[in-house]
Amino acid sequence: MTNLKTDAAYELFEGLIRGSRPHLSRAISYVENGAPGAAELLSHAYKARKGAMLTGVTGSPGVGKSTLVDGIVSELRKAGHTVGVIAVDPSSPFTGGAILGDRVRMRQGHSLDQGVFFRSLATRGHLGGLSRHTGDVVALLDAFGFDHIVIETVGAGQSEVDIMRYAHTVVVALAPGLGDDMQAIKAGILEIGDVFCVNKADLPGAERTRRDIEMMLAMREPGGWTPPVVSSVAVAGKGLEGLVGEVLRHQTYLVSSGLLRERNRGSSTAVLEEYLHLLTVGKVMESASRDGSLDAALDDLVEGKSGPMEMAERLLRRYRE
Amino acid sequence: MSGKIRVLVGKPGLDGHDRGAKVIARAYRDAGMEVIYTGLHRTPEELARMAVEEDVDVVALSILSGAHGTLIPRFVDCFRKEKGTAQLDVLVLAGGIIPEEDIPALKAAGVDEVFGPGTSTQVIVDFTRSHLKRPVA
Repeated sequence: MTNLKTDAAYELFEGLIRGSRPHLSRAISYVENGAPGAAELLSHAYKARKGAMLTGVTGSPGVGKSTLVDGIVSELRKAGHTVGVIAVDPSSPFTGGAILGDRVRMRQGHSLDQGVFFRSLATRGHLGGLSRHTGDVVALLDAFGFDHIVIETVGAGQSEVDIMRYAHTVVVALAPGLGDDMQAIKAGILEIGDVFCVNKADLPGAERTRRDIEMMLAMREPGGWTPPVVSSVAVAGKGLEGLVGEVLRHQTYLVSSGLLRERNRGSSTAVLEEYLHLLTVGKVMESASRDGSLDAALDDLVEGKSGPMEMAERLLRRYRE
Repeated sequence: MSGKIRVLVGKPGLDGHDRGAKVIARAYRDAGMEVIYTGLHRTPEELARMAVEEDVDVVALSILSGAHGTLIPRFVDCFRKEKGTAQLDVLVLAGGIIPEEDIPALKAAGVDEVFGPGTSTQVIVDFTRSHLKRPVA
């Protein structure tokens, strides 16, 4: 536990391993902001992970993801598990500010429960439905010792599928009235569900939505895990026990089939790629913007004097020299 | 990489009006800050937990029910307890309907500033930026 760059970061790691929530929450800020010592803090946290199960909840804006997460947390607590929650909302592309509103739906009375920790993250310009630091925050929560970690994505469109790389189990939440069976056979978000949840099942059209999903699932190649479709009315607490039952069943399946290891490799790949991107693209952009070559390249591009591929190669060459 | 200022915009107690809180939340967002909105009817204990878990630099409490004299000092106590330190390293702001004569007691309890109706959001944003109690991570 030596050579942490700063005393502050060292203290944060020690604190969170000891079970101090203020230390955990400050550590998350350090990591999000790339504060001095954050890299060392993370490297210790990654090594101290205990193997939490990770459940992702995704779906279009307004289908009830936050309310479902609230219910999932309650059910996991009833089963005796401790739970860390990461809820992601978008940052403004104009000001970088964000309104993180997922806590508004947290109404089930675990806001004072010591077995639950909830953190809101902004995307900070990252696409794909999550924050760039999702994997890192997962590592911090896992090192702290939560049994389960639930990740709520931003309201997803069709291709915000990053969650499948980070979660062991992906719950795709749907609501009636948002599309027909044509939507159900498109590529993208509907392909990544391990469990489907038709929320707001008391609204007209719920049965139709359920049938569309089941039809889509029936076209899959047989074998392996068949994603179940459950119905819920999350605001009324209905269907949540069934939903969490299916999530836990999927996780048992991952363990018994040996697929858990594969999923963990997948999430490690995702985290590794994030860092490689930061160390390559990030460094090249930084150096090119420092010596003015980025500006020059952009001028040439805008004026049509060269193509982007050629410019990228030039910047990369320049960086290497 | 620059750190973001994080703000908890909270509605303690029983009043059900959050138009003001939403206006403030929006102003902070437009100023480039990350705003965690708590929703209505939160207890001081809940707000303190949220402020610690979200590691906010600022807590802005909107209250129109008249219970500020009880709820806000209680929030400050709970926050200290959650954080495990006597030092209050978060900027605490109060807004809403708060009579002039109640302000000294709130400030004595740890509130840094009170903003009444009609305050321009720019004034609040500028005050916030220049009075942070700790460096942003």
